[in-house]
Amino acid sequence: MVLASIFETVSIQHYIVLSTVLFVIGVMGVLLRKNAIILLMCIELMLNAVNLLLVAFSSYFGESDGQLFVFFIMVVAAAEATVGLSILVLIYRNTRSVDVGIFNKLKG
Amino acid sequence: MSIYNVFMLLAGLTIGSASMVVISKHPVRSILYLIVTFFLISANYVLMNAQFLAIVNIIVYAGAIMVLFLFVLMMLNLSKDNEPKSPIIMTAAACIAGGSLLTVLVASLRDAVVCKSFVPAVNDDQGLVGILGKELFTTYLLPFEITSVLFISAIVGAVVLTKREKQIID
Repeated sequence: MVLASIFETVSIQHYIVLSTVLFVIGVMGVLLRKNAIILLMCIELMLNAVNLLLVAFSSYFGESDGQLFVFFIMVVAAAEATVGLSILVLIYRNTRSVDVGIFNKLKG
Repeated sequence: MSIYNVFMLLAGLTIGSASMVVISKHPVRSILYLIVTFFLISANYVLMNAQFLAIVNIIVYAGAIMVLFLFVLMMLNLSKDNEPKSPIIMTAAACIAGGSLLTVLVASLRDAVVCKSFVPAVNDDQGLVGILGKELFTTYLLPFEITSVLFISAIVGAVVLTKREKQIID
């Protein structure tokens, strides 16, 4: 089964720029927002930007290794979201807030 | 509509909805925009002939992880907008830092030539489930098994962390 490749019309540079922009939007979210749940969501956005670039290169070179790396990244992201949200629930129980501005108890 | 226009439309929509995740003040709206972003990224995967990964992306990200986020948000009753305003100097610093990062990354990657005389792969069937599965269960068998250990530890960690400790009756 031979499928037409998108890279006959769209160059790989387009995908590099697209995933860079998505990654930077995630970084901006981490820097701008104070809500810890939205911070975790921005981390997911950054992981997805990397996934997009891995799939683009995998499709560009015709190898399936990049797509398998995306599987492993998804697994790690799911585990990270689970543990992160449970820590967040614990913090909310103690402080009644998820504002990262008041999580400065570890500063010493 | 050529495939180039489809890509441009998808890219614009993806960047727009990803920006709305950061911009929108209401946390629930932010989560919903992130789900839209994941669907658009899945559309990009379909465009790149990674059909199985597109379905998995929708099931795992939009179906499981984002529902978990939404559930925690509803459980903590944070859906109202009570985020304090950050000072304007912090916002400006964040914008300058993000803009600089974007400029440096794009400038350094723009001229990066992956392979000068490389012709993109014609036989583009590496995203089909059979080929991915064969690769996963032969070459990547050990990482796949370690992944299950990671998942077990994540589950145990989540349960242990959120378990209420027994009240000591004295």
